[in-house]
Amino acid sequence: MEISNLPISPSIRSKLLSKGYTNLSSLSSISPSFLAQELSVKLEEAVEVLRAVSDTTTSKNAHIPNGIIPGAVTAWDMLSEEQMQRHISTGCEDLDAILGGGIHCKEVTEVGGVPGIGKTQLGIQLAVNVQIPVEYGGLGGKAVYIDTEGSFMAERAYQIAEGCIYDILDKFPSNSREFLSCKERLQVNNFLAGIFYFRICSYTEQIAVTNYLENFLTEHRDVNLVIIDSVTFHFRQDFDDLAQRTRVLGGLSLRLMKLSKMFNLAVVLLNQVTTKFTDGSFQLTLALGDSWSHSCTNRIILHWNGNERCAYIEKSPSVPSASAPYLVTGKGIRGINSNFKRARIM
Amino acid sequence: MANKLISQMGLPPSLSHVFSARNILTAKDALSLPEIDLMALLDIDIDLVRSAVARISEATCPPFQTGLALLEEKMKSGGHLSTLLPGLDNALCGGIPFGALTELVGPSGIGKTQFCLKLALLAALPECYGGLNGRVLYIDTESKFSCRRMIEIGEGSFPQIFRLQGLAQKMAGRIIVTRPTSISEFNDSLQQMKLTLLQNEVKLLIVDSIAALVSWDNEKGTISSRQSPLRGSLSFLKSIAEFSRVPVVVTNQVRSHSSDDTFHYFFQGHRKDTSNSERSESHLTAALGIQWAHAVTIRLIFEAHSGHRFIKVAKSPISPPVAFPFVVQSSGITLLNQEGISVAGSEINAIRCQGCNILTQ
Repeated sequence: MEISNLPISPSIRSKLLSKGYTNLSSLSSISPSFLAQELSVKLEEAVEVLRAVSDTTTSKNAHIPNGIIPGAVTAWDMLSEEQMQRHISTGCEDLDAILGGGIHCKEVTEVGGVPGIGKTQLGIQLAVNVQIPVEYGGLGGKAVYIDTEGSFMAERAYQIAEGCIYDILDKFPSNSREFLSCKERLQVNNFLAGIFYFRICSYTEQIAVTNYLENFLTEHRDVNLVIIDSVTFHFRQDFDDLAQRTRVLGGLSLRLMKLSKMFNLAVVLLNQVTTKFTDGSFQLTLALGDSWSHSCTNRIILHWNGNERCAYIEKSPSVPSASAPYLVTGKGIRGINSNFKRARIM
Repeated sequence: MANKLISQMGLPPSLSHVFSARNILTAKDALSLPEIDLMALLDIDIDLVRSAVARISEATCPPFQTGLALLEEKMKSGGHLSTLLPGLDNALCGGIPFGALTELVGPSGIGKTQFCLKLALLAALPECYGGLNGRVLYIDTESKFSCRRMIEIGEGSFPQIFRLQGLAQKMAGRIIVTRPTSISEFNDSLQQMKLTLLQNEVKLLIVDSIAALVSWDNEKGTISSRQSPLRGSLSFLKSIAEFSRVPVVVTNQVRSHSSDDTFHYFFQGHRKDTSNSERSESHLTAALGIQWAHAVTIRLIFEAHSGHRFIKVAKSPISPPVAFPFVVQSSGITLLNQEGISVAGSEINAIRCQGCNILTQ
């Protein structure tokens, strides 16, 4: 039974079983050359099999309660690490407040809403806000924007970056020490150059880019945010087999979670809505199904509340469910208390 | 990119032979399966599978650009088709954008086809008059294209050009009209179009209307099926728009909006809409459902109320929600107010059709 769970190729597995090696303990004290002879395989392949066995047994031994589990940290260490985490501001103070500071790094956040509510606007705003220099409370990092629908408009990104810089300079005096040290970085062109844009035209490319991100992020270590706008579009169009779609999406979300932990970045996925028949009526719900709804750590739903746009935190491990109104202005996403004026249109 | 062949990706020969032996020929086949399934299918080590998948992903992934490079590219190659309606052009930061899907939705007879005719003319005009100097592909599903009306619009808007001998014929000669009679015909012409768009210098693609295509094939009369018949054509339309950088304008119909359609999220509870008096008027919603509404980049709603007609910019990444009153004249559509009226809240998505004499033809 245990041999069948080893990550080895099926032909070697069947050879093992036919020779009578049915559980891991039978393989624990065999030398590679003996195994190679027994199974009539090459020596390298026998070494691989034994390595897979020892990997599995190490993690099995970890269940012995006395040892320190490899790869685990104590909750106290995690707390101090979390307190040092910076958050990415969304531009709206109320929304930042209910999120506990902003979008969290090392977590996957899903944002969904009806068309026209401001998902892409929020995505572009986050891509700009992540670049706010550390001296002004931001992360000073870059952003990867994966566009599956073609809704990213460079002119709008310019407007939002301009609005963000304008507000920073408005809030802080311009002769302060911080300003002088990052004057060059507070240019709109720099902010635009810090957004890496991928245009994806099919779900295959979406999977490919998620796989490729690991290499990309190793080369570009200053990326702190990955946005996928929207994660749903291609999966709704071309997939006929829904079971396969669930499996592929599961793999995608696992990989994204792994990337977020490995490279200390925030992953934001924008999702569409669909209708679901529950409790005798049709209700709005985020697309991609129930299995997908478990994959993300946090979930924010943007919706209309009368004539106001509101963001509702549906799911979060660290903050309670709450709602906050926000505005989409010429300068980007802002709270309702901030006074705004339309930025100059290019 | 999804159909890139694995044999051309630079994998070590033994590995690519294993892939092709199991009939996994394109990137799409390889990446649709989880890694464990691939390992079982190909009978190779998990590490080899991982490195092969990484290599395939790297080869399939499109190259990236920075936001700055995108902006500069847009500045250089234009990027908008001006509608010659100053208020609308301002709101849309230049006009109908290239490479994106723009939707015109409104009740019948309100002026959508008139708008399309004028756009077709504008794209055909030479550049010195503000046009794109290119061909226009007009897909007419309801047989509403009227060349006579288009010439009339031309003579009304550009009298000095159209008086010139032969220019009217040349302009009309640049507009290619096709009348598909089913979705499969439509899909076929889209497929052929991908290459010919660039070769024949087509600068604008108009589909008038796309809802008619769906309603032919859908016997039930309401677009309520889970899998819309337009799925494949939708992403294909968008990808055509992207690759050839042409504006794509699509017209949509409306259907009546019953109170069941007021969808809410579970956390909003079942609130009764208090503004019931307005609902008793003919309240309309765009056809083709919410999936289509997500897919379009820009949505312009044409509606009529209080005796006037309005163009509303309902969904757009760059514009605030504004409404422009307009009239249809012999020279096409003209805006009555270039500043636009700001519309607050979810009103921008409502389509109304009341208090206005819609001429029946």
